[in-house]
Amino acid sequence: MDYKFDYLRELESESIFIMREVASQFQNPVILFSGGKDSILLTYLAIKAFYPARVPFPLLHIDTGHNFQETLDYRDWLVENYGLSMKVGYVQEAIDKGLVKEEKGYNASRNFLQTFTLLDELEKGKYDAALGGGRRDEEKARAKERFFSHRDEFGQWDPKNQRPELWNLFNGKKNFGEHFRVFPISNWTELDVWLYFEMEGFPLPNLYFAHERPVFERDGMLLADCDYIIKKPTEQVFVETIRCRTIGDMTCTGVWKSNAVSLQEIIAEVATSRITERGGRTDDKRSETAMEDRKRQGYF
Amino acid sequence: MIADIDYSLDSELLRFSTAGSVDDGKSTLIGRLLYDSKSIFQDQYDAIEESSKKRGEQEVNLALLTDGLKAEREQGITIDVAYRYFSTPKRKFIIADTPGHIQYTRNMVTGSSTSNVSLILVDARNGVIEQTKRHSIISSLLQIPHLVVCINKMDLVNYDEAVYNQVKQDYLDFAATLHVKDITFIPISALKGDNIVTPSENMPWYTATTLMDYLENVKITNDRNFEDARFPVQYVIRPNTDEFHDFRGYAGRVAGGVLRVGDDVTVLPSGHTSKIAKINLYKDAIQEAYPPMSVAIELEDDVDISRGDMLVKTGLEPQSSQDLELMICWFDQSNALNQQTKYTIRHTTREARCVVKDITYKLNVNDLSQDTESKSIKMNDIACIKIKTTTPLVIDQYSRNRITGSVILIDEGTNNTVAAGMIV
Repeated sequence: MDYKFDYLRELESESIFIMREVASQFQNPVILFSGGKDSILLTYLAIKAFYPARVPFPLLHIDTGHNFQETLDYRDWLVENYGLSMKVGYVQEAIDKGLVKEEKGYNASRNFLQTFTLLDELEKGKYDAALGGGRRDEEKARAKERFFSHRDEFGQWDPKNQRPELWNLFNGKKNFGEHFRVFPISNWTELDVWLYFEMEGFPLPNLYFAHERPVFERDGMLLADCDYIIKKPTEQVFVETIRCRTIGDMTCTGVWKSNAVSLQEIIAEVATSRITERGGRTDDKRSETAMEDRKRQGYF
Repeated sequence: MIADIDYSLDSELLRFSTAGSVDDGKSTLIGRLLYDSKSIFQDQYDAIEESSKKRGEQEVNLALLTDGLKAEREQGITIDVAYRYFSTPKRKFIIADTPGHIQYTRNMVTGSSTSNVSLILVDARNGVIEQTKRHSIISSLLQIPHLVVCINKMDLVNYDEAVYNQVKQDYLDFAATLHVKDITFIPISALKGDNIVTPSENMPWYTATTLMDYLENVKITNDRNFEDARFPVQYVIRPNTDEFHDFRGYAGRVAGGVLRVGDDVTVLPSGHTSKIAKINLYKDAIQEAYPPMSVAIELEDDVDISRGDMLVKTGLEPQSSQDLELMICWFDQSNALNQQTKYTIRHTTREARCVVKDITYKLNVNDLSQDTESKSIKMNDIACIKIKTTTPLVIDQYSRNRITGSVILIDEGTNNTVAAGMIV
């Protein structure tokens, strides 16, 4: 008998192994839930890993106040359907208290501010492991990230001094006050995620599927029209059939012209695309090492 | 519109590792594999093109694709293991791209630990050099099942068959001292694309496989152990709900062999016995489980089992021991191995403490010579040691099973992983 194993099942099995390892090695883990497909995948894999028991850790959503409404609706549906526990941290609160200062101007984004709220919530919740949906194929700094990524007491990442990770032996030991970021889907690519969702038939937010929406163009990208972005006088709003390839804040999520209304069509589109999904993220374009710099400070 | 994309659900995952420095063409080779399999996206290409220009380089520097960290870009070297992904309709590939210098031996060991294939690059002009040997020796120590030696830069030696044959013979002479079962040689030019994806027109004397062909077809199913049933219990699932009131699922990832419903199993180290009642994969009940499946197993009897225990097939029990002989690679940069202190040892899902009783020898990774005098084991050193653990571990030899035959040592002061060990 030939014990061949399909690679998507192998990725699934690896991620489930990591999830269970987290539940065993940490006291108080939490899933970072952004509402994007990667954190949805993470949540779904957690549901699978512990079935028929409930997911033994809560989800944490950092609400920047600039979300797509569809993201919030989907989040609430997921929680309701699978008996999950959800905590929400609000960036608006930090702004109101004067703890962080809102960016001004055309390209203002709350992306940087959310790191503050995230670290604050992690500290308040006394979480010792935060699971994130980061994938190594996403960005060059992420290509070097470990499954178990150690953070010092300030939440900082030291990329030059990471713990070696061998075989399937994971070391989650830490000193008081330190914590871990854990990335169970490190080895998945964007295409793998879509192929897997198609195989599993799991529902996703409708933002990922083609729909009509008022948009405008900036720096060669389309952005969804909303109250959170100040438009330049030259930027005209028009209706276009689009979909999101990633979901972040409305202020920094580029949307794409597309007619893909099913997962099969999305897979066809992704498989032939010449631009990475983060190619539409204005937050990555600020400098060559924008992601590494944010990660060092504690961003996911 | 979705016609010709064939991502069938029986494509496998192949992990391979590369090692080398910037100038031996490794980055060019990886760049080419990514490029030819259409895994480099336009915006990534644009970004490195712009970076290359900023740095005043004439051509687009493909090394920038793989060197992600700021320090690496500044210094033009690869420091850490970087993971790269590409797929073809046949397989998905994970490349563990590691630096080749001696001071990064530990990174090479890390990247090799889960590889099916080790890709060794040799510059046709220089032949077998120290770095080639070191990389091969580490691949052999880590028992990577397949080794592919790419003799690169054939374009710079006029695609001369005699040069290729000489390098191949030199390598074979050297490799006779290693424990490598499967070696394949391919003459290539990563820069010009010879024998990477398409057969080279410049080397009609070579008619065997191209590199991509090799990667897509090398048989890897048998790399896993399907003989000795091993199931380290990772986590116990107890829902405590009305619907699943008495449910007790032993969750874990099969580390070896095949476990079937109805099998008699023994729990180690306690020695309790039972039968497999059910094997669950989420909501599905399946009949058999084998590596690398993550499943939850229910037993017929209520026996005391917790994380760290191992389920094995009754009659095929592995050895339990407190005295282990290990080949280790030392990782810690601040502290050398200390025989006066205790380390935490992690083996499968079990944790214990240990002391190092003896350092048998230190291995020279450039020529395989053994130094029985030196008792100083520092970062990047590879050594054979004897340890004693506080509790018995249920072990296999690393050569028999890479999962149940491997351990890590953790410093109890800093919590750092200080060594990786393979059970001899």
